[in-house]
Amino acid sequence: MSEYQMDLHTEPMILNMGPSHPATHGTVRFLLKLDGEKILNCDTEIGYLHRAFEKHCEAGTWTQVFPYTDRLNYNSAVQNNVAYALAVEKLLGVEEKIPARATYIRTIVCELARMADHFTNLGAATLELGALTAFLYFVEARELTWDLLESIYGARLTSNYVRVGGLSSDLPEGFAEHVRKVFIKNREFWREFDKLLTKNRIFLDRMRDVGGISQEDAIAWGFTGPCLRSVGVEFDVRKTDPYLIYDQLDFDVPVGTTGDNFDKYLVRMEEIDQSMKIVEQCLGKLPKGPININDAAVRNPSKADVKTNIQSMIHHFKNTIEGINVPAGEIYVPTEGSNGEMGFYLVSVGGGKPWKCRVRPPCFAITQAMGDIVKGAFIADIIPTFDMINLIGGECDR
Amino acid sequence: MGNVIMADLARIPELLPSIIEMVAKVVFIFTMNMGVFAPLLGWVERKQSALMQDRIGANRADILGITAFGLLHTLTDAIKLLTKEDFIPRGADKPLHYLAPFIAVVPALIAFAVIPFGGQYVLWGHKTNLVIADLDVGILFVFAVASISTYGSVIAGWASNNNWSLLGGIRVGAQMLSYEVAMGLTLVGVFMVYGSLRMTDIGVAQENFFHWGIFLQPLGFILFITCALAENKRTPFDIPEAEAELVAGYFTEYSGLKFAMFWMAEFLEMVTISGVLVALFFGGWQIPFVTHEGLVKFFGFLGSNFAQVAVMVVHVTVFWVKVLGWIFLLMLIRWTLPRFRYDQVMELGWKIILPLALVNIFITGAVMLMVM
Repeated sequence: MSEYQMDLHTEPMILNMGPSHPATHGTVRFLLKLDGEKILNCDTEIGYLHRAFEKHCEAGTWTQVFPYTDRLNYNSAVQNNVAYALAVEKLLGVEEKIPARATYIRTIVCELARMADHFTNLGAATLELGALTAFLYFVEARELTWDLLESIYGARLTSNYVRVGGLSSDLPEGFAEHVRKVFIKNREFWREFDKLLTKNRIFLDRMRDVGGISQEDAIAWGFTGPCLRSVGVEFDVRKTDPYLIYDQLDFDVPVGTTGDNFDKYLVRMEEIDQSMKIVEQCLGKLPKGPININDAAVRNPSKADVKTNIQSMIHHFKNTIEGINVPAGEIYVPTEGSNGEMGFYLVSVGGGKPWKCRVRPPCFAITQAMGDIVKGAFIADIIPTFDMINLIGGECDR
Repeated sequence: MGNVIMADLARIPELLPSIIEMVAKVVFIFTMNMGVFAPLLGWVERKQSALMQDRIGANRADILGITAFGLLHTLTDAIKLLTKEDFIPRGADKPLHYLAPFIAVVPALIAFAVIPFGGQYVLWGHKTNLVIADLDVGILFVFAVASISTYGSVIAGWASNNNWSLLGGIRVGAQMLSYEVAMGLTLVGVFMVYGSLRMTDIGVAQENFFHWGIFLQPLGFILFITCALAENKRTPFDIPEAEAELVAGYFTEYSGLKFAMFWMAEFLEMVTISGVLVALFFGGWQIPFVTHEGLVKFFGFLGSNFAQVAVMVVHVTVFWVKVLGWIFLLMLIRWTLPRFRYDQVMELGWKIILPLALVNIFITGAVMLMVM
């Protein structure tokens, strides 16, 4: 055999991407097998941010779980508060007695959080594709949205706002006006971002026909949220299984066709716009009245009441020391988180502490498919694909 | 032998003006590049990106409360980089790891030697040509030197003993190879139009505003600037150092002053590219609708020698202002666009720019035949 005919011995390169790598925000590890720049195999390893969330929940009272839920999907923390509160309230059987104003405000904060989440996600995606200016436009929009949320509950990242049976505080004075001002700016940033990227040839080349998945596969993997809608499945918990006041609101659910990264991007862009419309509708219809349930066994009565009424005093004491008494039973309540179906499965054996608190994080199911999606693609394709999957370590690893 | 040296020494008084001229030019260009552009472009980039992104930018470093618009960050950067640990990873090829940044930065410095930053002037009877080396191969020298600079990056990628660096090094090699071919071909039209490779000739030929390269070679200009961006390895062509994919590409394992040398090489290349763009397509040192003689006449009241000095100052200023304008534009592009993918860069180079460059040569030839 002549030298030219001999097989040149080559072997694939093993590359360890993460857990500490610029693109794996939220600490995840990809073990890549590469043929040049082509990915032969991608093993996704999660769990670097595991904090035993579910076990922690069993140690505290039902109310003490709220701060932990903030740390699931920290980009839209208040949505987790709402999802958890809805589940506990359903288990208590008091969901009909929640005042309308509280429900409206919950919807408003959920949608503001969804906007903030999408702003962050899309911004980060462009940052990692090298377009730094577009990233900072959306970060500013995100900051303005967080200003709104901060004016409600005083924190920007960890909300701890919702309570079983109500909310910790009402909307501040002049909130509607503040929202109006912020939305004018946010729409401006949205338009600029859109102009910079949606028709940008380089951006299109990077996003289109990359990271696509078939409808059957997406459903089989358990995709939900923008990632599922981008393949053309019109599934949105807000529409299919309405909670809060979503059945009384007028909004569209954008769907894509191919499920590639560009479709996911477009779905998220449109959802930002829809969320702004939802918030505006809610503020238009916002009823007056109390924000907490009138049931001292569920939500602590006011301080004045506690000091004058023995019944309230006892409940305040019991709620604090023992926790709200939730009857035995189990429940699963799905909500539409920014990334997809965010549900709490709760088990109570009676008493003031959850017996089991299980979260269904949307990105856990989606991240499973990462290896399949990027197989055969280029190493550079991991970046937009992983960004559009939007893994949030806090939520995925819990 | 001794006689020859003695003879040469005897000629020193006669050669003195030329020696002074040479030293002055080298010192001037070296200070402009290493003293002004290399450190200041870091500041410009920070401030310009801040301006584009509604930020304030660097403004914290101060001496007794004076921040000088963030300019002192340049100084603090220099101190930091000088005092930082020079880390060489285990298993790295030490000599090559050491050598790579030098190979990258030196060519970036000397490439400017053939770019004229002013015209020809007669000062006190001595003919002065404002270019360090007026080579007859001119622009080809820039290409040749830029290719050497590529070795620096490739060697850095190889010698670091790191998979990310290696991938970056391979990307540099492939990208530079593809774009150097295309870049050479895009300029063939320019050489045909001006009939010379010598950059001073091209500069002189652009005295008439409508003979500027941008008007005679519009397609060549667009193709050249694309290739130049790719050669510069900055967004959208920064795939060798794509920080989101390859951490930092070929200089992942570099720190301290050696890292700074890669960084400087990038900025100097940007200056060189802007210089070439100005010299070939934007009239070099020429001012639109103002001829050399016209300018000399305008300054006539200073006396013939000082008039020449004044014209020289004006021309040199015009040249650097144009270069600065181009640097500004290159940075604007860098901060606006996302980056390509490896295969897309290759496709653009081989399948689009290269054929278009050939078409450009053909059209140029056909038009020249018709006109002449």
